[in-house]
Amino acid sequence: MEYSPPPFFKRGPSLLTRFTFFSILSVVLLVADARFNYLQVLRQTIAAVVYPLQRLSSVPGSLIVRVGEFFVTQSQLQRENEQLRRQELLNTGAMQVGKSLESENQHLRQLLGLRERLPREFIAAEILYSHRDPFTRRVVVDKGFQHGVKAGQAVVDEAGVVGQVTRVFAWVSEVTLVTDKEQAVPIQSVRSGLRGVTFGIGYDGTLELRFMPVNADIQNGDLLVTSGIDGTYPPGLPVAVVSNIERNAAYAFARITCTPTAGVTSFSQVLVVSTADQVPERPTTDDEPGPKGRKAKK
Amino acid sequence: MNFDWLRPPPGGRTPPQEILLPVKTRYIALTLVSALVLDLFALPGALQQIRPDFIALTLIYWVVYHPRRVGFLPAWFLGLIMDVADGSLFGQHALAYAVLMYLAILLHRRIVMFGMRHQIVHVAAILIASQLIMLGVRLMAGADFPGVLYFAPSLVGAAIWPLLFNVIRVPLRPRSHPDAV
Repeated sequence: MEYSPPPFFKRGPSLLTRFTFFSILSVVLLVADARFNYLQVLRQTIAAVVYPLQRLSSVPGSLIVRVGEFFVTQSQLQRENEQLRRQELLNTGAMQVGKSLESENQHLRQLLGLRERLPREFIAAEILYSHRDPFTRRVVVDKGFQHGVKAGQAVVDEAGVVGQVTRVFAWVSEVTLVTDKEQAVPIQSVRSGLRGVTFGIGYDGTLELRFMPVNADIQNGDLLVTSGIDGTYPPGLPVAVVSNIERNAAYAFARITCTPTAGVTSFSQVLVVSTADQVPERPTTDDEPGPKGRKAKK
Repeated sequence: MNFDWLRPPPGGRTPPQEILLPVKTRYIALTLVSALVLDLFALPGALQQIRPDFIALTLIYWVVYHPRRVGFLPAWFLGLIMDVADGSLFGQHALAYAVLMYLAILLHRRIVMFGMRHQIVHVAAILIASQLIMLGVRLMAGADFPGVLYFAPSLVGAAIWPLLFNVIRVPLRPRSHPDAV
């Protein structure tokens, strides 16, 4: 169907011209964003403009939640309070043990001449909403660089690693979940000390432990914690539990599926962990960038 | 070739051509901002996946019924805003909205001739085309196909087209009946 008005009506450039112009503009932006990672400033600016609208649009929802909270029954509150008290008592006990262990650890490290571990700092954040983009698994939390959040920091909940901060705006930031496709977490098995890297699968809420030989010392139910090798995730945070192992001699690697320990889809409060222990300078390789650039690119 | 099937159904089925009040630019801007707010609204998981793209629907409405009032530029900027709000690739929604505008302008003379049921089909086709563009962009950027449910927003959007049509028109209808003396 042709759309061409008679030339005596002035209507500006033709439809096809306009369409081509804006398509090319979009494609240029796409390439600049996807390939070269420019446009951070433009994104920040638009985000600052959109932020009030985003808050405005979340008003009715939070109002409903607040009204719902108002009608919580007395007994429910009492029960929860009691539960929390009990939990707190347990936590205090564990913390006292932890404190003494920490001082002992520091002392031993000094004796051995190892580098001291830096204390971690936590920023408490609340999850505003999960991401609308159906291609990724991300959530948005209510703390941004105004609160000291930096891209690359690890995000944990009370049960383990939730993900990593991948994009920071002024008042909010985006957290990519460990279950996102290609989101890698370096881990270590608690039982056997075996090191590896888990990758998110993307379409369901599980992780995959890749590149493990068929005879690797991994069993069902093994707890995997962060190894801290990458310098991004602090060491010792629980990540996942091995849930299924397929050892097939026909393939070079075993197929190992893990379930994340953190409630990756069901949490509302999380902690952003400030950057882990300082790691020594990475060796510079001029000729090949290697896989290390991958995470920084995300 | 025979194009009879493209002809609008005979008599009565097309919506009555209403005489509406002149549309103010402010009102168009208001509807688009409302659509943006509806798109940004945080919903619990499952509902979020089927939420229609209100901006796309509103753009289609204005282009189809008032083709001279909304151009590519506002649509493209709304696309950029959606890209930032969604955290998707920069330009993904912008490109999709450019395609949507192109198709809507191309088809607007035909769409107004059809009845509501046939309009729904057209709108669904336009929405799915724009979603296909986004899908293609993301697949090229290395994402996985997220499943058939990915197209649900388009179908839901097409289904609420009559509702949107009537809601947008409420302030445009003349207060008194045009036939009343």
